Amino acid sequence: MPIEATVNGRKVTFQGEPDTPLLWAVREELGLTGSKFGCGIAACGACTMHVDGEPVRSCSLPIGDAAGKAITTIEGLKGADGTLHAVQQAWIDQQVPQCGYCQSGQIMAAVALIGRTGKPSDAQIDEAMTNICRCGTYPRIRAAIHAATNQAATNRAASGQAAAQAQGAA
Amino acid sequence: MGIKRRVFLFGSMALAGAGVFGLKWSGSKALADAQSATVKPGEGGFAAFLKIAPDDTVTLYSPTIDFGQGSHTAQAQIVAEELGIDPAQVVVEQAPAMPGFANPGIIEGFGADAFGAIFKSLPASLLGFAARAMPMQMTGGSSAIRFTGRLTLARAAAGARKLLIEEAADRLKVGEGDIVLAGGRASHAASGRSLRIGEIAEAAAQRTLWSEPEPLPARAGKAVGQSPPRRDIPGKVDGSAVYGMDVKLPDMRVATLAMAPVRGGKLTGVDDKPALAVAGVEKVIRLDDAVVVVGKGYWPALKGVRALAPQFSDGGHGGLSSPGIFAAQDRLRDANKPDKVSKAGDVAAALEDKAAKVITADYRVPYLHHAMMEPFALTAHRQGDRLDIWAGLQDPLRTRQMAAKAAGLPEEAVTVHTTIMGGGFGRRFPDQCEIIDQVVKVASQCPWPVKLIWSREQELQHGSYRVQSSARLTAALKDGRIAALRTDYVQGENVEGEVGFVYQVPATERRHFKYKTNQIDGPFRSVNSNQFGYWTESFMDELAHAAGEDPYRFRRKHLADGSRQAKVLDEAARRAGWGSPLPSGTARGIALVESFGTIVAEVVEAGLREDGLPLVRKVTAVVDCGTTVNPRNAEAQIQGGIIQALSTAIAEEITLDKGAVVQSNFADYPILRLAEAPAVIDVHFIESGAPMGGIGEPGVPPATPALVNALFALTGKRVRTLPIRDQAKA
Repeated sequence: MPIEATVNGRKVTFQGEPDTPLLWAVREELGLTGSKFGCGIAACGACTMHVDGEPVRSCSLPIGDAAGKAITTIEGLKGADGTLHAVQQAWIDQQVPQCGYCQSGQIMAAVALIGRTGKPSDAQIDEAMTNICRCGTYPRIRAAIHAATNQAATNRAASGQAAAQAQGAA
Repeated sequence: MGIKRRVFLFGSMALAGAGVFGLKWSGSKALADAQSATVKPGEGGFAAFLKIAPDDTVTLYSPTIDFGQGSHTAQAQIVAEELGIDPAQVVVEQAPAMPGFANPGIIEGFGADAFGAIFKSLPASLLGFAARAMPMQMTGGSSAIRFTGRLTLARAAAGARKLLIEEAADRLKVGEGDIVLAGGRASHAASGRSLRIGEIAEAAAQRTLWSEPEPLPARAGKAVGQSPPRRDIPGKVDGSAVYGMDVKLPDMRVATLAMAPVRGGKLTGVDDKPALAVAGVEKVIRLDDAVVVVGKGYWPALKGVRALAPQFSDGGHGGLSSPGIFAAQDRLRDANKPDKVSKAGDVAAALEDKAAKVITADYRVPYLHHAMMEPFALTAHRQGDRLDIWAGLQDPLRTRQMAAKAAGLPEEAVTVHTTIMGGGFGRRFPDQCEIIDQVVKVASQCPWPVKLIWSREQELQHGSYRVQSSARLTAALKDGRIAALRTDYVQGENVEGEVGFVYQVPATERRHFKYKTNQIDGPFRSVNSNQFGYWTESFMDELAHAAGEDPYRFRRKHLADGSRQAKVLDEAARRAGWGSPLPSGTARGIALVESFGTIVAEVVEAGLREDGLPLVRKVTAVVDCGTTVNPRNAEAQIQGGIIQALSTAIAEEITLDKGAVVQSNFADYPILRLAEAPAVIDVHFIESGAPMGGIGEPGVPPATPALVNALFALTGKRVRTLPIRDQAKA
């Protein structure tokens, strides 16, 4: 039975079996491949998406449980005019990615953290950023989260769209 | 076969038969094919690797892959330096998997490492022939800059530079010596006339280069030593970068598989009906040692595999276990019949000296898995007598050769589409990638393109692991100095010509005891310098304590004053505040390792968590890689290498039981996470101007011993078996 949901603001209908993980439905049915397959057991976070604003490891969420929910993937973070989200821009400014495979998930986790806390402390970053990076980009991930929140504070005053997203979660 | 051995074999042949190869060599066909695939009318193509378009854009066809180490950006800087242009003007493309893009600099660089200066005198034509014959297009050994950049690409650019100057001199009717190539123009200062490189490139490329081009010094201008941003990063933050996992083709199917749990085992039987009953499953394919399920997507294919109950033999390896491997290694060493001995000075005599104190210690390291974040995912499409393969592997040309063999086709019938890749660390050398053979065979039995994905479990349990190996180190201490050092190590490969020793010790001896299992001993980031760094630098610490001396001072007095090694060590100690007070519950450890032509000292500050696991608070690293091409990238490589090393040291271990791997996913093969990584990793480069060294791997080896040494300083407990886990707990 088809399952309806909203992905990046667009109504979609998934045709797969209800036990299909959201990750694979999004990647294979919608062709949105920015969310990555890393482990299949919700251990690494490469597949992180936002479901109703919460960061979720989509490799372990069946689409049957995502019915009717609002889902945001890495492809949906940019503003309508194509402006990068403040966190994405910080990732570029700090030259965070190496192989880059985990970074969609890292960014989604960071955006959710910032949405929840505003300006996360190091302790909050430690607690929330549990996604695995094998290249060892953690120092720059931390630096980029700090940079993004400073920038977001500036942009909020200027009512930029990226700033609004950073503040209010996706 | 490892890179070292492939280069070594070919090097031996090349040196023995230089004259013959020289006579037979003809690069014109391969070069012409390469250029016809890349150079359009109006453009100038130089040595296959470079082309200059009429709009002045310089395109670099890199024969190495950039899987996030930033090497393509640094290669662009090297070419820009040579051509006197801004690195932003250089577009980097992945070189096609064609023989004309084989990489002679790799052969020359590793050949010179193995055979010495004689290799440097080989003509470029012979090296080019060797590279095509191997074929050689690999990325590894921290060589994308020091060899590919400095030898292959700087020379190609130097040739282009010379030809552009000649062409400009002719057109402006002045002497070559009066032409300056800078800012994308060939200019004659005296008359103020100049030509754009784009307007003379096509004609310049038709000229003949009569002598081997001589590149400029590594740091001649402004491009090298800067940190232009990497151009692959924007696509990695918005989800648009296409990895092997992300390849999409019309009508494509997705497959996954179950392989024999014991390496060498065969598929002996399987009933395919339960898989075919799963919605979306279309085909079950039996391979020699695996069963593959093909479906409309990964999930149906995986459900199909899970529904099966395949039977596998163990290939006679069902008795293998990790404790058994260590026991066998101990017996081999105790039997005292080494397979290879390399020595300098008389170690035996020094050990028998009654005035000397003899110290000995045994170290053990487990199998380690690369755990690249992207599990293998290759796509193949067989259409009659041609094959397309989408693969992100560490040698596209070798991939083509292996895919052709699996398909039973000539190499020319195979097109490799090289994708970017989610990590590699040594796991993606084609020779150890069974998936090439698998995906070609599966696609050959299907009317569609097929993407074959290894689940994380299959990926983790069928690795080409860093060797499980062990060593006994023995030293004679006399008058507070090391009089002799012997290393008895047991593993598959000997490490001569690969692993160095930085200290001045009168007598040293390495004895290799060869022990092989059915496992593939894969190169893991930093290769054999990984375990040698651990036990050598741990033992140096043990000797310092036995001599009653500070570990930094003890190392330092075994280094020559003024040497690069001494400067690196001193700078690391100074920057880390060696000897200054620390908060209670924290201690420092130090280590110094030279690998891949680069010298690195690291100081680790560590404490213990409540559960007894180490917690590294800060790492200070000092690096001499000769010349740093892109400091910001280089810093990232050193930081990442340190974190990866700490991850392996603290908790990573692959074990075998009844011949099969026990661990299965990140739940039981834990990778260090952000909260567990050091908050501060301070990296400093010494620009010594020495021949360029590597940067991807040399940061790895000192981190583990520096941590182990810090834990000893903290707790008095010496960890001689990795991983550390809670061995230092009170």
